Formats: sequence, structure tokens, C-alpha cells
Amino acid sequence: MSIETATASRPTAGATDPTRARRRRRRSSRLGYLPYLVPGVLGFAVVIGIPFVMNVVYSFQKWKGGEAPHHWVGLQNYVDLMHDTQFWTSFRNSFAMILAMVVIPTLIGLVLASVLFDYLGKTFGARTAAVLRATYYLPQILPVAVAGVLWNWILNAQTGAVNELLRSLGVDHPPNWLGEPRTALGSVMLMLVWVQIGYPVVVFMSALQRVDPELYEAAELDGAGWWRRFRAITLPQIRPETFVVVLTCTVAALKVFGPIYVLTRGGPESSTLVPSYYSYLNFFDKSKVGYGAAIANVLTLVIVVVAGIILVAQARYERKEGVR
Amino acid sequence: MAALTQTAPVTATRPDERHRRGKARWAVLVGAAVVALVMLVPFVIMVLNAFKSPGDYSQNGPLSWPHELYTQGLKNFWNRTDFPVKLWNSTWISAVVALAGVLLSLLNAYAIGIGRIKGRLWVVTLFLLATMLPQEALIYPLFTMAQRVGLSNSGWSVVIIFAVIQSAFGTYLLASVLGTFPPALLEAAALDGANRWHILWRVVFPIVRPTLVVLMIFFFIWTWNEFFIPLVMLTTNDTQTVPVALASLQGDRMMDAPTTNAGALVSLLPALVFFLIFQRTLTRGVTAGSVK
Repeated sequence: MSIETATASRPTAGATDPTRARRRRRRSSRLGYLPYLVPGVLGFAVVIGIPFVMNVVYSFQKWKGGEAPHHWVGLQNYVDLMHDTQFWTSFRNSFAMILAMVVIPTLIGLVLASVLFDYLGKTFGARTAAVLRATYYLPQILPVAVAGVLWNWILNAQTGAVNELLRSLGVDHPPNWLGEPRTALGSVMLMLVWVQIGYPVVVFMSALQRVDPELYEAAELDGAGWWRRFRAITLPQIRPETFVVVLTCTVAALKVFGPIYVLTRGGPESSTLVPSYYSYLNFFDKSKVGYGAAIANVLTLVIVVVAGIILVAQARYERKEGVR
Repeated sequence: MAALTQTAPVTATRPDERHRRGKARWAVLVGAAVVALVMLVPFVIMVLNAFKSPGDYSQNGPLSWPHELYTQGLKNFWNRTDFPVKLWNSTWISAVVALAGVLLSLLNAYAIGIGRIKGRLWVVTLFLLATMLPQEALIYPLFTMAQRVGLSNSGWSVVIIFAVIQSAFGTYLLASVLGTFPPALLEAAALDGANRWHILWRVVFPIVRPTLVVLMIFFFIWTWNEFFIPLVMLTTNDTQTVPVALASLQGDRMMDAPTTNAGALVSLLPALVFFLIFQRTLTRGVTAGSVK
């Protein structure tokens, strides 16, 4: 982020552009810079554009995959989705994923970053704050499959660390954390919070670096405590970064796949089913390619709409701030 | 993301009210330290139980210090997954993706940021949208296409896919960096008779190199950690990457506590080592890029 904002502002190049371009054009073809876009556009078409269109086409078909025949069924897959309770369950669970990957980490991250920057960093030195921040960030560098395997063992009913501990404390029948519909979703959410927290903390702390320290000093001299500084300075100053964190994490929460695959495979009784896993299940397990494609397309639509709403909200907010 | 080594500036002035809260500040420190401890607990019990024999584990539980250094778990995992093969697969795939992804990003961004081609806003928006697409919406066609061209179960299919996916983000970032490139440098080079190709490699490339290095490190780590596409595309033991190999061992009877933990430990080590080595480069790269 700092890369974009801190660079020297470009003088309005529009006026000088034509002459300069003409001079350069003497040597090279009339195509200009377009050849430089060829590899990128080609790759984009092969890996993203064409597959995306093909996926939309699949979603209007019944197809078992491989050499099996394709049957056009129009919108039937989408109609079926509307009556599919598992489909609705998967999107309901997306709210839980947003709670665990966006809401809770952002709130905790705001408080932690502010405490570290505005309080502990000043009272105990910057080193203390840096060490704490690095510790919070540690789960973020784990491959998500590794985090999942680790937590799967920690929460395992028979041999897991948590239940071994509970049994040694005298609990006879500790819960089967990932194996019961009642506890599975909460357990998955717990791991996701653990994985996510470091990201907002690090982003918010680097955002606070660019806030004018005099703001804080003046507030302190006026007798404002940490909470008032948090509300009056920290929150408004790092609002742009908050939007970025909320946007990227919400998109990630809607797309989440790895943790579900490794921890629960959507079970038990679909209690942790999410759209991406449900679509994977239809593609490769149930051989219902058209249906899986339809789920993926609905998910894409939801992501684009949600991201659009967040971006519009941000633009509105900035405009309102600008007027004031 | 790259801010781990930056330190918060310490304000010199310390208003009097600070001293009055002598005890409160310790309470806050303890609170923050407890959160840090909670974050560390899973790592600690992983290391403790990676080298503890199964008997020791069932007798003394997950929190005890191991009685002896038990390495059978590590050996089990190592041999069962044929770990060096997985390590090599992950390494070469991530490295080629990092290189190719950065090259693609640079070429795209050169046309968009410096060439200011027509419709560049649309191109950037398209790339940005691509970063949001769920991989599920692409995977089945990609899977079928790879089979058609004889790249099924090949690391190269994964390389091509991720080089493009990562470059979507890279283009977005680099285009805005190059959009603010000092025009004087470009004009001077053009007056000297350099063509576009030379300007790219002799003028633009040396100046944005620190940003490219940061981008390359991110691409490497992101690709290393990827799970879904490698899981679908790489189906046999000799092609799988480290995360896929670890995950596919789950539910295996051989996976007792030490094997699981040793497996998780050696699977996260490369990412951790890579991160620690390049942590400095990351911060330096970001700042160097912004000063220019």
C-alpha cells in the first residue's frame, strides 16, 4: 500500500504525451505497447477467461464428467439449487465463516494493534510491541493445510490433545469436537480466528505508523485516555486499511476451502458445509459437474456483489469525509 | 504484511499521567502476553509431541516434556510421504511460478502503467475481478483442458495456472507503481534513441527491482501454501506438493500423534525458514520501492 501512495506525484503528463510518443513511434511499430500485453492476455484467456465461460456453459448441462454425454437442461441446475437444503446450509455457514474470519479478527485486531502501538509500545518500548506482533502473526505463515492437520489432531476425539487433557482432569466423556454437529462449526471457527488474527494486527499497526504522532500527543496532553484516543484518532485514521482488511478477508471467507477439507469435509451432517466444498463435492465425488458448476457460479456472483457493496460503502464514506 | 521488522516510533515525551497508572500498565502487558501465549500453544504442543513416543503420549498427555527423543514419528512420515520428492515438487513449482508470475506482471504493468494503453482501466478492473474469482469456478474446465493437452497430473499445469493467477494481483500492484514512474527518465532514454524494449530493461527494470523481489517472495510463499488446485490437479504420489501430501495422509492408521506432529512440523519449516530469511528483504524492498 505504501508503494502506491508514497511515490512522487506524477506531473500531468497529458500535455507532453503526444509529442513524446510521436518521437518514440518513429522507431517502433504502430502497435505501441500492445505487444507487451500479449503474454498476459493470452495467459488470462487460457487460465481464467475461457475456463470461466466453459464453467457457465457446464452449469446449463447435466454431465457426469469425462467421456459421458452432455445434456442441455437450461436453468434446471439453478432451479434445483433453490430447493436444495444443503445449498442453503452451505451459504448459511458462510456467515459463520465471515464471523470467524472477518468480524472477530478485525475487532480483536483493532484493539490489539491500538494497544500495542499506542500503549505498550510507548510504555515498554518498541521491541516489546514488535515481538508481540510477530507472535500474533505466526499462524499466518502456516500453509493452511498444515494448520488444519495440526488442529484436526488437537481436537481429535480419541487421541487429541484437548481431550487427553480433559480426561486427565477427570472429564469422562469429553465432546467429540469435530465429530458432532453441535460443536463442529464452533471448532472450525476457533481455528480460523486463530489463523486470521495476525493479518489485521500487522496491517493496522503499519497503518498507524503513518498517523501523525502529534495527534496522539495533543490528545494525551488534553487528558484523553486510551479508549478516547482509540475512538477519536485510531479508528478514523486507519479507516482505509480497515476497509481493505474487511474486503480481502470477506472474499477469503466466502471462498474458504482448505480448512473445511482438512478438518471436517463439510460434516458431520453438513454442519460445516461451505459453498466451495459443496461445489468440489459435486464435481469430483458425486460426478454432478453441471450442478457443481452452478454452485461455483452462484458463489462467484455472491462474492462480486458483496465486494461491490463493500467498495461502494468505502467510496461513499470517503466522499462524506471529503465534504466535511 | 511486510511490516514485521518495522518498529513503532517511541515518543520521547511521557506525560505525567503515565506514571500514575503504575499497575494498570502491567495488567495490559500481561493481557497482551496471554493472547500471545494462546497463539503459541498449538505450536508448542506440536513440537512437544513430535518427538514423544506414542506410549509416553498416552501415559503423560500432550503437555508433558518427552521422556526420550523419539524420532520414529518423523521417520514414518518422511518415508511414507517420500518427503524429499514432495519438497522438490513444492520448491520447483513455487520458484517457477514466482519467476514467471513476476515477468508476466512486469510486461502487463509496462503496457498499462507506462504505455498507458487505451482501455487500461478495463484491463486493470478485469485483473482485479480475477483475483476475487473462487477457484471452483475455473477448476473443472482447467482439469479437462489439462487432460486434453497431456498435462494431467503434471506440475506444469499448476505452474501455468498459478503464474497467471498470481500475475493478476501483480499486474494490479505494479501498474499503479509504474503509473507514477518519473517521466523525465523515460524521456531522457527516448532521446538517447532507446526503444521500448530497451527502456523496459535498462531504465524501468533496475528501478522497480526491489518491488519485483518483494512480489516474487510473496508469489513463492502463496504458491507454496496453495491447496485446492494442487489437490485436484496432482493426483499421484510422485507429483504432489507438501501440503497436499500431508493432508492426504489424514485418516491413515499410521498417523499416530508423533507422526502427525512431526509431519506438520517438517511441512511448515520450509515456509518458516523462507519467511525468516526474506523478512529483511521484504521491509527493505517495500521502503526502497516507495522512496524512488
